[in-house]
Amino acid sequence: MVKVARQATSQATSREATLLEVRDVSVHFPIGAGFFGGEVVRAVDGVSLEVRAGETMGLVGESGCGKSTLGRVIVQLLPATSGQVLFRGVDLTRLKGERLRMMRQDMQMIFQDPYGSLNPRMTAGEIIAEPLSNFGVTRARGRDRRVTDAMRICGLNPAYVNRYPHEFSGGQRQRIGIARALVLNPTFIVADEPISALDVSIQAQIVNLMDELQDRFQLTYLFIAHDLSMVHHISDRVAVMYLGKIVEIAESSTIYRRPLHPYTKALLSSIPIPDPDLEAMRRPILLKGDIPSPISPPRGCRFHTRCPIAQFPICAEREPPLVDAGGGHRAACHFPGKL
Amino acid sequence: MDGVSFHVDRGEVVGVVGESGSGKSVMALSLLRLVPDPGRIVGGRILFGRTRQRDVLQLSEADVRELRGSDVAMIFQDPTNSLNPIMRVGSQVREAMAAHQRFTAWEAGQRVIPMLEKVRIMAARRRAISFPHQLSGGMRQRAMLAMGLSNEPSLLIADEPTASLDLTVQAEVIELLRDLNRETGTAIVLITHDLAVVASLCTRVIVMYAGRIVEQGPIRRVFKSPQHPYTWSLLRSIPRFDGGPGGPLLSIAGTPPDLADLPAGCKFHPRCRFRTERCSAEEPPLEHVTGAQEARCWVLMRNALPAREGGPW
Repeated sequence: MVKVARQATSQATSREATLLEVRDVSVHFPIGAGFFGGEVVRAVDGVSLEVRAGETMGLVGESGCGKSTLGRVIVQLLPATSGQVLFRGVDLTRLKGERLRMMRQDMQMIFQDPYGSLNPRMTAGEIIAEPLSNFGVTRARGRDRRVTDAMRICGLNPAYVNRYPHEFSGGQRQRIGIARALVLNPTFIVADEPISALDVSIQAQIVNLMDELQDRFQLTYLFIAHDLSMVHHISDRVAVMYLGKIVEIAESSTIYRRPLHPYTKALLSSIPIPDPDLEAMRRPILLKGDIPSPISPPRGCRFHTRCPIAQFPICAEREPPLVDAGGGHRAACHFPGKL
Repeated sequence: MDGVSFHVDRGEVVGVVGESGSGKSVMALSLLRLVPDPGRIVGGRILFGRTRQRDVLQLSEADVRELRGSDVAMIFQDPTNSLNPIMRVGSQVREAMAAHQRFTAWEAGQRVIPMLEKVRIMAARRRAISFPHQLSGGMRQRAMLAMGLSNEPSLLIADEPTASLDLTVQAEVIELLRDLNRETGTAIVLITHDLAVVASLCTRVIVMYAGRIVEQGPIRRVFKSPQHPYTWSLLRSIPRFDGGPGGPLLSIAGTPPDLADLPAGCKFHPRCRFRTERCSAEEPPLEHVTGAQEARCWVLMRNALPAREGGPW
């Protein structure tokens, strides 16, 4: 219900307000160093994407598809090898020093591992206050108030401000991570697998909190995850990545009901449903072989080596562009919707 | 873990669901007397056998070792840690067979490639001479399975076998376990935190919380009409994309309890939205609800909700 309502508003405002635009971004990591420059891992390879103000964009794919790398490039934790990241129309990849720092106040990140991403030697209060001191809010009184506000908003008892991360449970630690991301009043948050390290009964708490915060502060999320049921629940639109490329992107309800790319379809068919009757009827589309190496991805369509409907020679020779099939539903396939 | 009783029939697939700290993995380890120090099995019996039942807890160390890996096999979440990194995959499968007296060395050697093929490792001959790091995660898990199944066990204990795998690979491993169960009649105890995987594979489910079984029964009954508030809440806290209810997810307040500092009464009562006064004072027993369904609750969902809201969906 909540999502449907949000979807309607995001559609209404979509035309005018693109908050973030990723243009043809590639990230290549060199490995080894041969005479001719060695090999590169093409973690992200020519990705374009726009995120509208106020929406939740889900980014899904299996491990190694480049979704986390893309998230880090967007908030400029990693440099892009090529391409542009436009935030409010300003290309972040060209910004340096103070101007980049000012832009980055507005975009924050929530990490997967609530154990590894919090400094164990800092108190919860110090962790949440750190972005404030990084961005020049140094007066103690204002800072303390903002820390306790952020804690309260995220469902943490402000009395625990002087406790250390190990004194909190996994779910509470993730709340600290969210409070740290919120304390600067950002408009855009990249959440990289924010719930996958949490117990099942805690995941809903965190997702509901993120939902509530979005409504309250008009946040825009890029929600990176491999749990497709959760992404469906939280996202207005979803982008599917495979081997460094976006293969399909659409409104969440559309992509789950009518996937066009065979990889998306296989992925969706693999989701087990917590209902024994429906499970007895589900027939997963099993893909042959393993994900190819991103060092030397297949020519043509990157998915053709595993695709149940690949046609030769076209799929092995020509790389399909991401084409709009109507209503903003885009897929990179020579035979969309044929599986 | 406290006072856990259950049975697994021949050829049955039983799911054990719980969160971290629920005791589900310790229970699996205890079945083979592998509980790590300082844990100890302080009482109870673990009976195993087709016709002549033996109590695993009374066996000599040598007999237990013979049981492990031959009649009862176990596979773990992370196949990387369970395989020897400097030994070829085929040799490890052969060694698993040679460790027990079921096959001669020659027979064991002959069975390696068919075993790898049985768990659907492509190009089995080439993979047999590979080292574990040369295989993908899904293939490593299948190699583990080949080792586990090489002695034709009557029971396979699988502890989160798909938790570290990608969705499409998880689907393959689930299909594989299903087929192996059908073809060989090996019973499976599947330990997982993922209710959907249980719905996919199991005929019966055991739900654990704070070291206790809080609900168990045939899969359809427990999923369609869960009687323990924990099971009921858990089913409503996971999102579904298949036309399940929209709207916010039900969130279970609080966190799983610290096993060293358990609450009095029902262990779930501090997080339970249906608790009564009795729940904080007295721990309920695991009692029959209907048919083979049992729940450990003073209230039971059928009494807590109006009839039309009985099912979680």
